Amino acid sequence: MSENFETAIRSMCEGVGNDKARMMDIVREVQETFGCVSDDAMDLIADQVRTPRVEVESVVTFYAFLSKKQNGTVVFRLCDDIIDRMFGFERLKHAITEELGIDIGETTADGRFSLETTPCIGMCDQAPALMINDEIFTEVSRDTLLDYVEQLKAGITPERLRRRLGDGNNSNPLVSAAVSNNIRTRGEVIFAPLECGRALKKALSMSPNEVIRDIKTARLRGRGGAGFPTGMKWDFTRAARGERKFVICNADEGEPGTFKDRVILTERPELLIEGMAIAGYAIGAQEGIIYLRGEYAYLRPFLEDMLQKARNTGMLGKAIFGKQGFDFDIRIQMGAGAYVCGEETALISSCEGLRGDPKNRPPFPAQKGYHGYPTSVNNVETFCCVARILDQGAGWFSQIGSKGSTGTKLLSISGDCRRPGVYEVPFGIKLCEVLEMAGGNGAVAVQIGGPSGQMVGPKDYNRTICYDDLATGGAMMVFGPNRNLLEVVHYFMEFFVEESCGYCTPCRVGNALLKDRLERIMEGKGEPADLDYLEDLGVTVKSTSRCGLGQTSPNPILSTLKNFRPLYEQLVHEDQPFQATFDIQKALGEAKSIAGRPSMHFAE
Amino acid sequence: MSENTITFEIDGVEVQGAPGQTIMQAADAAGIYIPRLCAFEGLPPHGSCRICTVKVNGRFQSSCTQPVAEGIIVENDTEEILEFRRNLVDMLFVEGNHFCMFCEKSGNCELQALAYRLGITAPKYPFMFPANRTVDASHKDIFIDHNRCILCARCIRASRDLDGKNVFQFVGRGPEKHIAVNARARLVDTEVDVTDKAVEVCPVGAILRKHVGYAIPVGKRKYDHAPIGSDIEAQKH
Amino acid sequence: MAKPKIATTSLAGCFGCHMSILDIDERILELVDIVDFDKSPINDIKEFTGECLVGLVEGGCANEENVRVLQDFRKHCKILISLGDCAINGGLPAMRNTIPLKECLDEAYLNGPSVYNPSGRIPNDSEIPLLLNKVYPCHEVVKIDYHLPGCPPSADTIWQALTALLTDKPMELPYELIKYD
Repeated sequence: MSENFETAIRSMCEGVGNDKARMMDIVREVQETFGCVSDDAMDLIADQVRTPRVEVESVVTFYAFLSKKQNGTVVFRLCDDIIDRMFGFERLKHAITEELGIDIGETTADGRFSLETTPCIGMCDQAPALMINDEIFTEVSRDTLLDYVEQLKAGITPERLRRRLGDGNNSNPLVSAAVSNNIRTRGEVIFAPLECGRALKKALSMSPNEVIRDIKTARLRGRGGAGFPTGMKWDFTRAARGERKFVICNADEGEPGTFKDRVILTERPELLIEGMAIAGYAIGAQEGIIYLRGEYAYLRPFLEDMLQKARNTGMLGKAIFGKQGFDFDIRIQMGAGAYVCGEETALISSCEGLRGDPKNRPPFPAQKGYHGYPTSVNNVETFCCVARILDQGAGWFSQIGSKGSTGTKLLSISGDCRRPGVYEVPFGIKLCEVLEMAGGNGAVAVQIGGPSGQMVGPKDYNRTICYDDLATGGAMMVFGPNRNLLEVVHYFMEFFVEESCGYCTPCRVGNALLKDRLERIMEGKGEPADLDYLEDLGVTVKSTSRCGLGQTSPNPILSTLKNFRPLYEQLVHEDQPFQATFDIQKALGEAKSIAGRPSMHFAE
Repeated sequence: MSENTITFEIDGVEVQGAPGQTIMQAADAAGIYIPRLCAFEGLPPHGSCRICTVKVNGRFQSSCTQPVAEGIIVENDTEEILEFRRNLVDMLFVEGNHFCMFCEKSGNCELQALAYRLGITAPKYPFMFPANRTVDASHKDIFIDHNRCILCARCIRASRDLDGKNVFQFVGRGPEKHIAVNARARLVDTEVDVTDKAVEVCPVGAILRKHVGYAIPVGKRKYDHAPIGSDIEAQKH
Repeated sequence: MAKPKIATTSLAGCFGCHMSILDIDERILELVDIVDFDKSPINDIKEFTGECLVGLVEGGCANEENVRVLQDFRKHCKILISLGDCAINGGLPAMRNTIPLKECLDEAYLNGPSVYNPSGRIPNDSEIPLLLNKVYPCHEVVKIDYHLPGCPPSADTIWQALTALLTDKPMELPYELIKYD
């Protein structure tokens, strides 16, 4: 261990005041600087922040973007989600494994390049996409990818790769990303023009309880997917006793197929910051945190700049807009590649510098959240709605949308449609209208709300997008007639197995068993009884899992068993006395090759 | 009856609890056994095994973490929930490498005892036979057999809260998740001691004391005759 | 009316479960009153003579011979029972399931601390059944109707199960009769 190494690690810890609760920042910086968090690094961190070493290891081994083993200087992360698979993932994977001479999960012998895959990075409307270190590249062809590799081999760093910058703030020098916004329809709430600060000033002219009352009058519900009434959540947080209170913005947009928060963060960060400040005022919090998913690290410098600008104009900081006694500021907490951290209590664990394990409820975050203090966790879009409600009035907002679902909703539409992108539509819109807008006519299936949502077919296209019918956090994946829907379901199950935190039995084991049995059916080795097996197991996982991940992970299977049952039925065969899954030739393969002779009982 | 008493129902039986109690604690006091694996008296609830799932006013909750509340209707011993519990026990059996026939813990093992109580003759799920489970026999008095670990976190909690040591913690995620020790690799390099509570609380044969295996003859072990939970049920008035 | 028939076999087992069958002691007289034994090591009948009501299978499938016999049992027995832990989960032989086959053979015949094998060869006569890549529980190879756990299942367990099946009663094992050791 070199002295420089030790000094560097210790100073990274000192940079966050040797606070073990800032473990995520420490290990992220170590990873970025040294390409891994080695055993030596973990020893040093543990010593410097005075925590057991195994606690550091516990964090490092939880997040996909952190690793104990040495990564290359340049890490390619191919986005491996179902939409990318439909639009060229395999082609890219083939090209780059061949070009670099390594497989997924490996590093070149010279230590320069590592190759990984990662689930949805929030670019489904411009698939296929990939990350090179923190940089994002979309609509990548085989040739452009090989061109990137060539440039990188010539010594160009990822952030200097030649590329076409995207529209809007994607071209801002602090973002400079090859990412497109693809805003297709602009509604009145999120994408309408905005006068910065007006909503917050209005809020400050009211009492906190009046602000909450307005949010309740507007009947605003959480935009992340679960749809909990925002005003009620704030009421609980305000009423809870605590020396400090926190507002956390969930910008861990990890649900595959969802990318609307990315566009808000790029084009409407002021609205978000304003909404968070209003929340801080309403619940009596002084501190806010934006939990930004690791995949969106490229937006961080821009967002930090926006926060600084907000401080400069008096929207953040001490005595906001001259209101004595109301101090509020926001810091950004980076994630590091873990879908489960979108679950609000897991997100809080991660903010506290721990593994992203969800917490037991009760107590709910509103009572005991971040470091035990009352905390309100809300979605990016929710905060934007808040700002607009204060600006335009609760009555105005509640006129938009449907009765139980007021306002607009941002939809992230991708897949087999001519105009993928972000749509701001009023709640209550019919699914067929949305499909029409997006050019997704002829879809045989639509996945509403990402893998954790449900898959519906044409008989449901007249249903409406709202909390009481087809609820969605924003994802809508469109599948045309040439798609194998069971492959889609299978991908979703792979995703959940990969992303389960492993805390509780049903989610850790049950999802793997579901995936395994689905594979058996897809291989043509299933029996009618296997469909009952899937249902029984799926219901067990849904009913007994500890958090939203496991409570929804069987949905791809359960919803297709309900809506697309013939797909399964045509694959299963009547019960046989011998197990179709037992393959005697496969079972004898090793022995035949070792013994160099054929089987005496089972001819090939 | 004090005014602080909370009255509710488990499977149609009226039960009294106190504010701050969990459903499991109140049930225990009333002599009603709710099966469990990760829960352990004296340790904060962990809520990971999900065996203690009950239905509270129509919603499934883990009874080790769910507080009692006035008038709630709790379902515990119903066919629906028993089926979930059998499924969860089956999952734990197929997830690891559990060979009861030579395990020192057999007869005193809570996982095995639960399977007995639930009448399981064979798991309904295929065995995974994981190949990544190791044995750490580095310590002179204690060994860890990861083949048998069910990730209940009792050792983690006991070491931290009762022994004040932090010898154990989880590492990895999802199917890779496992118990690690507070050292680069080996148990012998930690502060663990054979008298630690963390060594005692393991419900299965994953953390065991050396030199004392098979001391109790078959027929005299904890669950040879009395099903797990009998002690709690004996409290019933 | 002809008596129903029973067949038994030990695959990758130790015959301990068969010892336990014999442990029903004098009750075996009651048993032969109501059943005949077909293929079984107890009477040394090597091949099935006809259809059986009940087949008791001890041991899991470790090699191709085990698979052949088990499939034969499935073909001839109306009710097939996995008898004992090895049939149910592979048991002791399944400890090799986490180790590649080649390593197992090398350890057993070449490298093990107690190995004396001057030829340095791993036995490979054409009469020796080929090993499977792992030891399979019986129900992963053929459909199994009932499982009687235990190492071995007690004589009482076996007796209880058999008499229930032969008298058309539901098989319900009391607490003391379900044991995994």
